[in-house]
Amino acid sequence: MLKDMQPEDIIGEYKEAVLNLYGGMKRKVLFTEIETPYPDGKLIVSSTDSDGLIKKVNQAFVDMSCYTEEELIGMPHCILRHPDMPSAAYKDLWGTILDGRTWQGYVKNLRKDGGYYWVKATVIPNIRKGQVVGYTSVRRKPSRLKVNESIKLYSTLS
Amino acid sequence: MTFNFTVSPDFAPDRLSGWYIFNTWLQKQTDSAIHLEIYPDFAAQKAAITSDKIDLIYANPYDAAMLVREKGFLPLVKSAGSSDEAILAVHRDNAIIDVEALPSGIRVAHTQDPDVRMIGMIMLEPSNLTSDTLQAINCDTYILVAKNILQNKADVGIFLAQAYDDLSDLVKKQLKVLVRSQISVIHHSLMIGPKLQAKREEIQNLLINMHGSAKSKEILDSLGFSCWQKVDDEEMEFMIDLMDTLAI
Ligand SMILES: Cc1cc2nc3c(=O)[nH]c(=O)nc-3n(C[C@H](O)[C@H](O)[C@H](O)COP(=O)(O)O)c2cc1C
Repeated sequence: MLKDMQPEDIIGEYKEAVLNLYGGMKRKVLFTEIETPYPDGKLIVSSTDSDGLIKKVNQAFVDMSCYTEEELIGMPHCILRHPDMPSAAYKDLWGTILDGRTWQGYVKNLRKDGGYYWVKATVIPNIRKGQVVGYTSVRRKPSRLKVNESIKLYSTLS
Repeated sequence: MTFNFTVSPDFAPDRLSGWYIFNTWLQKQTDSAIHLEIYPDFAAQKAAITSDKIDLIYANPYDAAMLVREKGFLPLVKSAGSSDEAILAVHRDNAIIDVEALPSGIRVAHTQDPDVRMIGMIMLEPSNLTSDTLQAINCDTYILVAKNILQNKADVGIFLAQAYDDLSDLVKKQLKVLVRSQISVIHHSLMIGPKLQAKREEIQNLLINMHGSAKSKEILDSLGFSCWQKVDDEEMEFMIDLMDTLAI
């Protein structure tokens, strides 16, 4: 259900990669070296159902990802997966939240136009009457120092 | 039976009489004895909540999680169209124009308002500042936060955006805003405790319609609100989840 990225959506020179996603899914992504700075003072927020499919996004999410709200609702978050991000980071994320705990980390996200943006993300399980009904992620502006540390660390992971 | 009402200690001082008038109105409308008790600070208010002395509260979003999860409170309403936003400001003559350029060790003036301080600290994160790498200057009011900056006793101030906007033009002219948050989903809410919950719908309806009559509209005016807007359980749960992610 996740479509490959389309050359006509991309702004600037791009490279291609094929991502191996969860459940054997594959996606061709096109990516550029253009970074969009994190908007000051804003939070990027999304919530999913218990299967991890997006059910709610805020305006900052739409603006930064370049997708419309309609394109995002019902999709998994790997629509933002950037080829420079190691799978190990997401294994850690899912292991943590499935265990009912909060995950925090630095993430490089891929935009629909092929560009990228860095965030400091916090993901928590949403518990209602003792049941996990979904997950929420709130992203905020990361410090450059932490981004640079993450770039170094992620290049050593797969 | 008398119920106890309290207002988060971060209310603007000139609204105090408004809250007393609101309390009188609410007593009349609900035909219940409701006593308004204002606590001098968040610690005193928390002690009252912990010992189950509070039945109705205009709560800071920072306290919402504890009120809902530990004390069984439910949301009623919020002031329509308003949210709690924070501002980071420096002296106009400060060469810094970007938060990222703020050096470690700087002096940060703030008040005790827990949600504003939290949002402010998050907005300082891009500069790698944490509570360990800055010098906090605790102030009683936002006017004092501004004064500390103007007198060069603080480098940065964390303001409630509304309080910053309400500073005099003379003061604002000497300050420079580095960032203003645009979060929109964090807000104070009027919340109701277990002992009053049988009346939840009745009180909610009274409040939602409060702007309908000229007389009660005046009371809203004195609180600085245009009207009350219903907050449902899921909106409150969402805000609590959000606060949880921000608190770490
Ligand atoms: C609430 C929530 C938010 C997430 N946000 C992102 C995100 O912003 N970017 C991203 O690449 N993955 C995000 N993920 C992780 C994805 O679900 C996914 O694990 C990841 O993109 C890697 O894809 P894969 O698991 O199919 O290998 C999020 C997961 C959850 C539950």
